[in-house]
Amino acid sequence: MKRHSTSRFNVIASPYAVWAALFIIAPLIFVVYYSFTDASGAFTTENVSALSKYLPTFLRSIWFGIVATLICLVIAYPTAYLISQKTENIQRTMVLLVMLPMWMSFLIRTYSWMAILEDENGIINGFLASLGLPRVHMINTSFAVILGMVYNFLPYMIMPIYSVMAKLDRSMVEAAQDLGGSRLTVIRRCIIPMSMPGVVSGITMVFVPSVSTFYISQKLGGGAFDLIGDVIERQFQQSYNYNLGAALSLVLMVLILISMAVMNRFTGDEEGMAI
Amino acid sequence: MKIGSRIYLFLVFFFLYAPILVLLIFSFNASNSTSVFAGVSLQWYRRLLHDSATLQAFRNTLVLAVSSSVLATVLGTAAAVGIDKMKKGPAKTGLLATTNIPMMNPEIVTGISMMLLFVFVGRLIHMDAVLGFGTLLIAHVTFNLPYVILTVLPKLRQTDPNLAEAAQDLGCRPVSAFFKVVLPSIMPGILTGLIMAFTLSLDDFIISYFTSGPGFQTLPIAIFAMTKKRVKPDMYALSALIFVSILVLLLLYNFMQRKSDERARRKEK
Amino acid sequence: MNETAIIELKNISVTFGDNQVLNDLNLNIRDKEFITLLGPSGCGKTTTLRIIAGFIDPDEGEVIFDGKSVKHLPPHKRQVNTIFQRYALFPHLNVYENVAFGLRIRRIPEKQIKETVEEMLALVNLKGFNKRNINSLSGGQQQRVAIARALAVKPRVLLLDEPLGALDLKLRKDMQVELKNIQQRLGITFIYVTHDQEEALSMSDTVVVMDGGVIQQIGSPMDIYNEPKNAFVADFIGESNILDGNMLDDCLVRFSGARFECLDKGFAKNEAVDVVVRPEDVDVVPVGQGQLKGTVTSVTFKGVHYEIIVDIGGFKWMIQTTDFHAEGSNIGLYIEPDAIHIMKKSEYSGMFGDYSSFSDEFDELSDPDPDEEEEA
Repeated sequence: MKRHSTSRFNVIASPYAVWAALFIIAPLIFVVYYSFTDASGAFTTENVSALSKYLPTFLRSIWFGIVATLICLVIAYPTAYLISQKTENIQRTMVLLVMLPMWMSFLIRTYSWMAILEDENGIINGFLASLGLPRVHMINTSFAVILGMVYNFLPYMIMPIYSVMAKLDRSMVEAAQDLGGSRLTVIRRCIIPMSMPGVVSGITMVFVPSVSTFYISQKLGGGAFDLIGDVIERQFQQSYNYNLGAALSLVLMVLILISMAVMNRFTGDEEGMAI
Repeated sequence: MKIGSRIYLFLVFFFLYAPILVLLIFSFNASNSTSVFAGVSLQWYRRLLHDSATLQAFRNTLVLAVSSSVLATVLGTAAAVGIDKMKKGPAKTGLLATTNIPMMNPEIVTGISMMLLFVFVGRLIHMDAVLGFGTLLIAHVTFNLPYVILTVLPKLRQTDPNLAEAAQDLGCRPVSAFFKVVLPSIMPGILTGLIMAFTLSLDDFIISYFTSGPGFQTLPIAIFAMTKKRVKPDMYALSALIFVSILVLLLLYNFMQRKSDERARRKEK
Repeated sequence: MNETAIIELKNISVTFGDNQVLNDLNLNIRDKEFITLLGPSGCGKTTTLRIIAGFIDPDEGEVIFDGKSVKHLPPHKRQVNTIFQRYALFPHLNVYENVAFGLRIRRIPEKQIKETVEEMLALVNLKGFNKRNINSLSGGQQQRVAIARALAVKPRVLLLDEPLGALDLKLRKDMQVELKNIQQRLGITFIYVTHDQEEALSMSDTVVVMDGGVIQQIGSPMDIYNEPKNAFVADFIGESNILDGNMLDDCLVRFSGARFECLDKGFAKNEAVDVVVRPEDVDVVPVGQGQLKGTVTSVTFKGVHYEIIVDIGGFKWMIQTTDFHAEGSNIGLYIEPDAIHIMKKSEYSGMFGDYSSFSDEFDELSDPDPDEEEEA
């Protein structure tokens, strides 16, 4: 059977197919290529074996990423739920308010946190001092770095969870209550399991940029908490060791793929790992 | 319970807006400190208007955002239409999986992978300063494409499959049936994709950081260079301006959407 | 109606994957007739329609339009127009522009377009709807716009693919009458696809019953109902009791353990046949007076009549009668010779016509879903 009408249309995907091959697939091949060659282009496993030196950095990145993701989840989940309970117009406004900060340069917003957290002239410490309270050291601590991550990526957790919750059928929740479920039971038995897809994509959207960030740790950590993103950035913008940088990126990529796979395994079970 | 939830939401929004509030306030600072307020002044706004480097970076950002989002929208819409028409099979699955790569990969990996490609090709053609507007454009189109494709595809799936056939039935050639009937009906999706691509491109720092050269700076890159040293409130002034214009645009959009929703609801009755 | 064929389908075969959708189909469609392709979902009726419209190329066979093969003619060059199942109205255009669409393609002067559109909207009772948005219309109104849009370009043949499937029962009945009126007023050929036998019988000049990609019977509604060719047709059109019988002689048949006079002849002596008796053609008489006797096993009140299921020697008959007979009562049955219809044995023999598992609900559940028509 042939169709007159439509057959020729799939050809118009081919420019994109070419583009994707050139600028999505090929660059990844170059990452692998640079990982296993030296500056002269000869094959070497030196870059990969040099990675063991960066193991602590990797572990710290993963640890910070996990902590930031969990904090985001804990803050975002009730937020998304509460927003989804509002009237349609208020929901729309609140969603806009959640997304609005994302449209501002994250560099500036992160920098603004420096002004808030600083020791001497910081706004919080200034406030504490004016009350006669002792100053608190916050900037250049792991707290500040994780705060920066949570701040920057919180909307990425709220949005997917909210959009799943907003679509939940109200009558289904009512049915659960009708069958004798208390408010808490309804949340635990209905809302949480059904919002899992949103939670999973939220976790992905927060964890990936947290693990790979390089600006936040530089500004709010004061260089004392090198993350893997910082190391990669230095290879490309300061020490010009592309080969090592490529190897680091390759590992980062594989690492993230593995975490995704692990998470999907976890959430694949029906009785998901709610919070 | 009610009060508790209100306080909770207030705190979350306060957290999200605290740094923005800080920069809004300090953009009017009379001194050049970003943490000690010394009185109200408009000097940083005035200075911004005369800062040709920043203004140039701003213009560059707009040029890049417009050209990359338009290119990505054209290419991505065509791709979505093609993918929609493709039969299930390895070609379709592969193309969709590839489309997801830039969305799944950390931005820094996307950035350096493209940089490696550009540098390698630059070396092949003996061009030292390969990084510039061209490479930025390619990079931006590449990370915009998935967003366009993934907003247009669902729109295509929603349209009546007989729409194009109906147009042909009434005498349209297949190609003009597409432009006269299918394209207008997926227009909302295309526009959403375009706006998304535009804002993503406007805002992007990480990928631009690795794929740009000294010859063509965008605003985020200029800001990054400045935050390496001590930031002066002029950056705050700039951000405040951007914030306010986005706010106005969003409020306008929100208002229009509410209007059209009301109109649709009235019609249903 | 006249006798010249406007469309001839010759030896059409179509396969989707390993699924033979149409198998050597031959059909002549006369000019100005209202012809209906009737059959359950997946019988190939929509595919046949799409072949005529030009959306599908058959693997084998010819499509002749007005004496010329149109096999390689794309849809936009064919003088046929389609009403699609879900109307396929253009959502970005208003009512007027939807109807004007085909005229604009043909570069007809604006004044003439306006005249035609107004005329068409009047024809479908949508005067004054010009500026309305498509999405603000009800299903029935959208249906009318679709009809006006297709008729505006003055097709020789209008193809209708289950056009009333999405409408509720009342609207459906009204539209049936209206469509038939429009067809007669314009004097063009309608090719109508449906799975609803009642719709087919009440509207058509000719009914084509299809199943499994094969035409089972072509004929007028009366022929199809009174002289079904095989058990499939007898069962699909109306209610039928279908029994195994033996032709004892010309005009003499034996079934259910009794001999009956009938009007059919030309069968071999003792040939095994299928016997059809319609439920309304059986007379209930006191026990001992009829040819058969049985026990009433269920009674359903249907308004005009009672529908009773009668057990006769283990075979359940459906009988429609205006008199009440209590469940469990014994009754006699009498069948006139002209109420008996004899069919040759076919692949469908023994599959239909016994009401032992019959229930109204079941019948409704198994009603074919109009959306399930084959798609590649």
